[in-house]
Amino acid sequence: MAPSEGPAEGSLMAVLTLEAPPEPPRPPARPSPLALARYAWHQLTSMRTALLLLFLLALAAVPGSLLPQRGVNPLQVGEFFRRHPTLAPLLDRFSLFDVFAAPWFAAIYLLLVVSLAGCALPRTVQHVTTLRARPPAPPRNLSRLPAYERWETDAEPAAVLAAARRVLRGWRVDGHPSSARTPPALAAERGHLRTTGNLLFHLALLVLLAGVAIGGLFGYRGTVLVKEGEGFANALSQYDNFRPGRVFRPTALTPFAFVLDDFRATYQEAGPTRGAPRTFDARVRYRDAPDGPLRPYDIRVNHPLRIGAAKVYLIGHGYAPRVRVTDGRGAVVFDAAVPFLPQDANFTSNGVVKVPDARPEQLGFSGFFTPTTVPSPRGLTSAFPAARNPALVLLAWSGDLGLDSGIPQSVYTLDTDKLTRRATRALGVGDRWQLPDGLGTVTFTGHTEWATFQVTYDPGKRLALVAALLVVAGLLLSLSVRRRRVWVRADRTEGGRTVVEIAGVARTGGVGVGLEVRDLARRIRAATSSRAHPEGE
Amino acid sequence: MPVDPGLSTWSDTLLFAAVVAYALAMVAHAAELAFAGRAPVRRAPRVASAVLAGAGGPPVVATVPASPAPERRGTVVGRLAIALTALGWAAHLASAVTRGLAAGRVPWGNMYEFSSMVALLAVTAYLVLAARRAAGGLGVFVLLPVVLLLGLAGTVLYVPAGPLVPALDSYWIKIHVAAAIVAAGTFTVAAVATVLYLVRAGYDTGRARGASAATARGLGRLLPTAEALDCTAYRTIAFAFPVWTFAIIAGAIWAEAAWGRYWGWDPKETWSFVSWVVYAGYLHARTTAGWRGGRAALVALVGFAALVFNFFGVNLWITGLHSYAGL
Repeated sequence: MAPSEGPAEGSLMAVLTLEAPPEPPRPPARPSPLALARYAWHQLTSMRTALLLLFLLALAAVPGSLLPQRGVNPLQVGEFFRRHPTLAPLLDRFSLFDVFAAPWFAAIYLLLVVSLAGCALPRTVQHVTTLRARPPAPPRNLSRLPAYERWETDAEPAAVLAAARRVLRGWRVDGHPSSARTPPALAAERGHLRTTGNLLFHLALLVLLAGVAIGGLFGYRGTVLVKEGEGFANALSQYDNFRPGRVFRPTALTPFAFVLDDFRATYQEAGPTRGAPRTFDARVRYRDAPDGPLRPYDIRVNHPLRIGAAKVYLIGHGYAPRVRVTDGRGAVVFDAAVPFLPQDANFTSNGVVKVPDARPEQLGFSGFFTPTTVPSPRGLTSAFPAARNPALVLLAWSGDLGLDSGIPQSVYTLDTDKLTRRATRALGVGDRWQLPDGLGTVTFTGHTEWATFQVTYDPGKRLALVAALLVVAGLLLSLSVRRRRVWVRADRTEGGRTVVEIAGVARTGGVGVGLEVRDLARRIRAATSSRAHPEGE
Repeated sequence: MPVDPGLSTWSDTLLFAAVVAYALAMVAHAAELAFAGRAPVRRAPRVASAVLAGAGGPPVVATVPASPAPERRGTVVGRLAIALTALGWAAHLASAVTRGLAAGRVPWGNMYEFSSMVALLAVTAYLVLAARRAAGGLGVFVLLPVVLLLGLAGTVLYVPAGPLVPALDSYWIKIHVAAAIVAAGTFTVAAVATVLYLVRAGYDTGRARGASAATARGLGRLLPTAEALDCTAYRTIAFAFPVWTFAIIAGAIWAEAAWGRYWGWDPKETWSFVSWVVYAGYLHARTTAGWRGGRAALVALVGFAALVFNFFGVNLWITGLHSYAGL
């Protein structure tokens, strides 16, 4: 993928050509395995293939943004399956819900990596030799170059070239003494940093991918929901959702624990953006060793807790209404806060309460929680995200919750197959609801808040960051430095004067070599004229 | 920090003034193009000889021409057009500054403000090119999307000045979003130059084939040379691409601090990636035989389309972690 730097140096064509690609080899007529392999390798590392792979990669990423992705939002994937029961399994067969982990996506980027490495590594070796090479000899006819200046002077050719050498400070200059056929000349070259930057860019991309791979192999990411007053210890069983790297070992889990003491959210109270969140603040106490002391910390958005190599982020929050259920026998069979999942910006939240211990029948409730409750045409709704006037609307079911069937259930949904719908009621804080048929009573006793935390460990990210900064540095060099060559020739004419010719060519997509040559010519002229006429005009 | 309603109103008024100035400038630019630019057919050889000073040899291989066409200057209407653009730019800048002061933060915290800033940077890029005499003929075509974007911003996307949501409340917004704005503004000018390049190249091809009446009257006749337009497009993209790369990296660093991972294929990230890859493809296509010229130009336009979709499409239609950037 590194742009080709042209064919062998020396000839006029080689001097002028900016990006002459080598003639691609034909597929061998009588293919021996080796020849075929060489042909395939050449095709793979050619710029055309790299281009094609780049476009394929871009195209392949598109469905990953249009279809819900398991790695990004598994809930949406489930929703998509419910809505498109025939289409979804078909799409799933082509890994379209896991695009960025799909074999075909991996195939494209692995080919691209091979193409990149196969192109950049040999060129790096080549570039190191080029760095020490002399600038190419001047072509015979300088006036055919894109930038050309010519003038006559009384100064000696040697003096002109000496002046030119001084003017060309910072250039790589090579002298060409006069020979039988050619007058003395200078060859100068500048801007090797362009190629250096270009190669740096491509090599840094490879390192960046290595950093990503290391993180993907050895790291982990898990999320956990914690209610106020409850805690979390960093162990696999504690996570609600855990995504380990391919070669992750549970021993890589940093031992730490924390307790969520208080979660506070504040919102915009007035104005057109009323209700927009202002601050989220999770106050925790944590310990970074099993018997270490508890230390307080505020985990906020953009302000994670760092424990060893792991980081704990605040990624979500919500309400957990507290419900007390007394069953038909008069026993308190449930008294806990149940996390409900927010459905809108004002935190109207859905959830279920399962009471398997209730007798004579098991009880289940589905419902919603509104933190700032107002009536609406469709029933109760929430008008503000803070809990100013909480209410809980419950639909009561009785029968068999299906918890013993052995099929794992979500804690956020009720399997209503073997349940009978009983009654609905809206409850304010402290309200007690007598269920029909002596099934028991339900009391809405208040609420707590919960927060979701994400724990991540990515051992490759520092390498990725360094590589990413080198990527930018390489890009800046390769796009801002111009690689160009200049030749100066000074020839004694019959009349005893000296004809000076200067010509230049930009070797890679840059502009303004004409201006530069004009400027160099002006300075050489000034230097030689002052030498020729020390007293001035 | 409380919002200052007086300053906020000033910001809105200044933006309106900027749109009016840009619209007038557009008319002046169009007039300049139509009346002062009558002579490109006659002057084309002169421009070419200036570019390839003393060439005369075989076709000199140059992926990028030596220099863009010199700015048509000297016409009163042309100078008026630039002056009106600069005036609009000053009002636009003042609008952004007062908006920032009113809300007590950087003035790029939502779609409205971001659109306005991208438009401001597009005009800035145009004025920089104009100062370097590399923007000949671009005026109308840069100001057209600028005025449309500002019109959209002021009506559909408008939200009153207010504080940032917590997710955006980080110093990274200054770095990441500023880089994205500079890149997007410059890419916009690059896209305009690319479209004009294709128009002009099509006109040239038509003329080479024997000019029919239709092509001879075409817009291409009024435009700078294809080489000059291609050069402007390349230079703007070569400037914007590293900035865009940096914006993505800064976004990744911010994402690591805010969400616990530096890359997670959020739709915004995915489309940034798509546009980055396509623009990288453009830079490679320019140096690949068979892709130079028209094909590379189309690649650049696809990259710009991905960029535009990343802003409007992803913000308005796709739910993702960047959803707060919406209305």
